[in-house]
Amino acid sequence: MNAIPQPINPAKLVARQQVALQDADWVRWSLIAIAVSFISLFICLPLGLVIFQAFSKGVVAYWSALSQADTLAAINLTLLTALVTVPLNTVFGVTAAWAITRFDFKGKSLLTTLIDLPFSVSPVISGLIFVLLFGAEGWFGEWLMAHDVKIIFAVPGIILATLFITFPFVARQLIPLMQEMGTQEEEAALSLGAGGWKTFWAVTVPNIKWALLYGVLLCNARAMGEFGAVSVVSGHIRGLTNTLPLHVEVNYNDYNIVGAFASASILAALAVVTLILKSALEWKQGNR
Amino acid sequence: MKNNFFNIVFAAVLAILAVGNAPAAEVKLLNVSYDPTRELYKEFNPAFAKYWKAKKGDDVTVNQSHAGSGKQARAVLEGLEADVVTLALGYDVDQLYQKRKLIPENWQSLLPNNSSPYTSTIVLLVRKGNPLGIKDWNDIVKPGVSIVTPNPKTSGGARWNYLAAWSYALKHNNNDDAAAKDFVSKLYKNAAVLDTGARGSTTTFIEREIGDVLIAWENEAYLALKEFGPDKFEIITPSLSILAEPPIAVVEDIARKHGTTEVATEYLKYLYSKEGQEIIGKNFYRPTDPEIAAKYAKQFQPLELVKIDAFGGWDAAQKKHFSDEGVFDQIYGPGK
Repeated sequence: MNAIPQPINPAKLVARQQVALQDADWVRWSLIAIAVSFISLFICLPLGLVIFQAFSKGVVAYWSALSQADTLAAINLTLLTALVTVPLNTVFGVTAAWAITRFDFKGKSLLTTLIDLPFSVSPVISGLIFVLLFGAEGWFGEWLMAHDVKIIFAVPGIILATLFITFPFVARQLIPLMQEMGTQEEEAALSLGAGGWKTFWAVTVPNIKWALLYGVLLCNARAMGEFGAVSVVSGHIRGLTNTLPLHVEVNYNDYNIVGAFASASILAALAVVTLILKSALEWKQGNR
Repeated sequence: MKNNFFNIVFAAVLAILAVGNAPAAEVKLLNVSYDPTRELYKEFNPAFAKYWKAKKGDDVTVNQSHAGSGKQARAVLEGLEADVVTLALGYDVDQLYQKRKLIPENWQSLLPNNSSPYTSTIVLLVRKGNPLGIKDWNDIVKPGVSIVTPNPKTSGGARWNYLAAWSYALKHNNNDDAAAKDFVSKLYKNAAVLDTGARGSTTTFIEREIGDVLIAWENEAYLALKEFGPDKFEIITPSLSILAEPPIAVVEDIARKHGTTEVATEYLKYLYSKEGQEIIGKNFYRPTDPEIAAKYAKQFQPLELVKIDAFGGWDAAQKKHFSDEGVFDQIYGPGK
């Protein structure tokens, strides 16, 4: 009990690792059982329930729910939002990560903190910020109305809110990686006479591409699935400003269970595709 | 590969923009309404479109937005461009005049019956067999009864619920305000969930199966019975309730900007027509047209109805009960 700190013997560490791998059968099996039952209970079961409810009245009801004009409009709007926000945030994320990891400047830590802000602010507040800025009674409200520009309760507001929410995903993936990478390779390229763009495309991008793709994937998943912030700025006009997650809620409250879960199944399918792509990326990264 | 991707993106954006720009002959209206009117306007809007097509030859599409009445008034004030509002109570519509002069001061006298094409009231919905034996308001304030009702701060229906309970307490306590306050205080102590809108409360009670009793719009209760079958729930009509008059108005400022004043006005007037009143009755609201009202009278139980005038109108009621630091804030909150 009165352990004296001793220099760690590497051979002992290996031995300990082997012991850990040779835990008694019951320990191993119960750990596996806990993990599997947890995953089936909290991930597979709800997902299965979504699919079950979506098809509870048959395939025909499922398809007719999905092919309704309002559902198609919601899918369109969700795709449009992702198509605008994901590229913008990719460019921003790379730029920000580059600035933070390659240069020293005043306010760098402030910038890093600000990038994280959307993670720490509740999505509802994120939505309200835009209402306070661009709403009719907000700061820019009068000017916007005088010029007949609609932001809140229209597509631009939804895109802005999503942009804000998904802001950190790409940068957050890149910053630790680029910090770890250091600047030697780029310095070498520069000293060999490569220009800034060439260095970026030939040296930086190949090094960060998997992390970048991973960040884009997460960003896209959130852009399509965001509820809170979008709900505040949407105005909930059917067929016009409802994204898929909002459309799920509308249908649920309309007592249209098949419609709600059919839309939810699309979101679930998107999530599954994201997960598969994510695992593939991780596998590729691991094999590098 | 990269070019292909951008082509697809570009085509998709164009396609979506193309869908957004509909042909010119079409008229679009936005009706910003409260929570339980979803089914009503789902039936009414196509009927009006047919009527308008026959009368004027124009195609009219009415877009709908539904949420708690107070929340919707707030959204219109913040810039949701509603051509018409059809909200749960006068105070919420009046805010459009008070705060931004979007409607004229005399908006309530522009259409018949104080601009309410129908009335309704507040009833209690319990689970089949009425296991707790609830018959009237005094039964639901007993300890241990779990109540579902929306939040009076955001929902119009919730404010009618509150005032109905208050009226009952006044009647049974010689109009004693303190006793009424105590009564509603007990009621909200029993509240299990306060959703933001009436429909949220209904789904909490019906689909999530929370609570022993739902305080609901009469139309909402009858619709739930129709949707889910009378073998699951029972409607308890209390001895006394409030006469709810949900008003409607053309948001003149916005309609003028959209060039839709005429069609928006006709849209609301059509709610008073025989056909509009029929649809209203079919959706379990109380029609104001005497003939149609008589036709649908038998679907409702008789009860004593108190008018909002007993509270000195909506301005006074809102100020006393639902403003910041009002009676509701005094009785409901952490540790109360």
